[in-house]
Amino acid sequence: MALMTFIQAIQEALIEEMERDPLTFLMGEDVVLAVFGATRGLYERFGPMRVRNTPISEIGFVGAAVGAAMAGARPICEVEFASFFYCAFDQVCNQAAKLRYMSGGQAKIPVTFRAVYGSAGSAAAQHSETVYSQFLNVPGLKLAVPSDPADAKGLLKSAIRDDNPVIVFEHVGLGGLRGEVPEGEHLVALGQAAIKRPGTDITAIAIGAMVSRTLAVAEKLAADGISVEVVDPRTLMPLDEETLLASVAKTSRVIVADEAHLRGSAASEIAAIIAEKGFDLLDAPVKRVASLDVPVPFSPVLEQRAVAREAAIESAIRELLGA
Amino acid sequence: MEIERDKLLAMYRTMRRIRCFEERVRDLSIANEIPGFVHVSIGEEASATGVGAALRLTDRITSTHRGHGHLIAKGGRLDRMMAEIFGRRGGYCKGKGGSMHIADFALGILGANGIVGAGLPIATGSALAAVIQGRDDVTVSFFGDGAANEGAFHESLNLAAIWKLPVVFACENNGFGEFTPAQTVTSVADIAVRAQAYGIPGQIVDGNDVVAVHQAAAEAVARARRGEGPTLIECKTYRWEGHVVGEHAMIGTGQYRERAEIEQWRARCPIARMEKWLTERGLATADVFEAVAGEVRAEVEAAVEFARASESPDPKEVAEDLFV
Repeated sequence: MALMTFIQAIQEALIEEMERDPLTFLMGEDVVLAVFGATRGLYERFGPMRVRNTPISEIGFVGAAVGAAMAGARPICEVEFASFFYCAFDQVCNQAAKLRYMSGGQAKIPVTFRAVYGSAGSAAAQHSETVYSQFLNVPGLKLAVPSDPADAKGLLKSAIRDDNPVIVFEHVGLGGLRGEVPEGEHLVALGQAAIKRPGTDITAIAIGAMVSRTLAVAEKLAADGISVEVVDPRTLMPLDEETLLASVAKTSRVIVADEAHLRGSAASEIAAIIAEKGFDLLDAPVKRVASLDVPVPFSPVLEQRAVAREAAIESAIRELLGA
Repeated sequence: MEIERDKLLAMYRTMRRIRCFEERVRDLSIANEIPGFVHVSIGEEASATGVGAALRLTDRITSTHRGHGHLIAKGGRLDRMMAEIFGRRGGYCKGKGGSMHIADFALGILGANGIVGAGLPIATGSALAAVIQGRDDVTVSFFGDGAANEGAFHESLNLAAIWKLPVVFACENNGFGEFTPAQTVTSVADIAVRAQAYGIPGQIVDGNDVVAVHQAAAEAVARARRGEGPTLIECKTYRWEGHVVGEHAMIGTGQYRERAEIEQWRARCPIARMEKWLTERGLATADVFEAVAGEVRAEVEAAVEFARASESPDPKEVAEDLFV
């Protein structure tokens, strides 16, 4: 095992996959200087042919990544902030997601998108949103949301090798998170949830940055004799329903923690699946923990109030357990 | 540039194939034998044909909602196209795409597209892939005057220009975006001038003159293949038919153009024009044209029969082809 940050893990994944396949290349906004650090040094290492700064032109470069993938290359396309996807919604949702199906299985679109999402601290609503829920209702996309360095590396490597469009959402607050990453080839299959902490009293399904927050809450509650099982789906599409339901079968109580706005969130989808397929397993209603249905505010005081964090997770768990 | 007689006759045949195919599709749509709605390119055969004839098998194209002609010009099979338009399993996309979404990746046809302008970034990316792969294949993006007002057009021209990508932007200005005259919603009379804004060549060509289109396209393709970057070609042409077959079900008795205007353009038929051109040069005679027309009619009828005989998809196939 090697100790490294989330960003370093992503960088390792990029380097390994670009070394492995000469048809991979990197494109996006400021990937040469590397705003968030993950692509730093890659231009020097792989040169201008394979590391390309794009104009701030999301329709153009997101669409070009899709076209390059359709024509046999394997692009890794960085959309700086996930909210910028809105500018390129057509190319992601109408093109990348649909063209394989619409062409009767002819198109192969091995494109990987990376984007930073989530509440950053006074970045205001257009740079703070958790947008993966918006893509959940679009058949044809795979969605990964790593929560720690090992998964960041393993999921990204799998995403790059996958022959379908995959979006990897990286929470802005996780960049400096340190963790152990297995040495050598480390892949995390898309569609495999992980039990991040075993427990017996309640299941807390947590997505992305909510995983480390939930782990902190679980640690705190352990002192009160409450045993929380923390489950990380790791990918929202495909979703490992089996692992989630098995945990619910064990604990009979479940919260779903998601930083997205509550309405139409991934948490809502997971809660619906559990209610439909696991109703008999439950001793209490499914509880969602998510952010308020307002744009993420700028003022620290308002942002604190709007975005779901540890306090909301803790009170939801206590509420369900009557503790 | 001198074009060989065989190539000229091949282009003539392609235009005839497009015309005959489109007329048949129109009639089958009116007869309710085709599900959904169709957009036909009657009157615009020269632009598709002239550009298509400048490409080789490994070159690629992206097309539009009015794309049957582009596909035929790139070598698409009429029978599998027709079966797709019928929504049948024997169609190019197994009935999952329909008229607006036919693709044949083996022929470099990355697909027609129902979203105006969406093909430009995809074509730009396809050209980028060729560069990454170290190949000298060229990609052509067909699009209309409507797409030239989309952000996708502007972003693609910029991206292709800064990276000198081997892509040709082939604009078919047929005068209308749906039911709106292009000149009423476009800031310039000639879309080709927009090339200047991106530092690339922009050329206007008579879109009903297949020889002129071909010469312009061949030059742009050769330039792209040499690694000298993209070109914008604007083919001035005209849409004889409505935006969509049976459009009066949508727009009622509303009029958006004069009958006389349509007649003026019908008098400039690209096929009749090429016949005259070939005849004047002693390259072909009326019996050649008649023979081609007959052969093409038989081919289109065979395509219709193929489509009719093709089975509908099994409902179980609904979940197939989403992921690799």
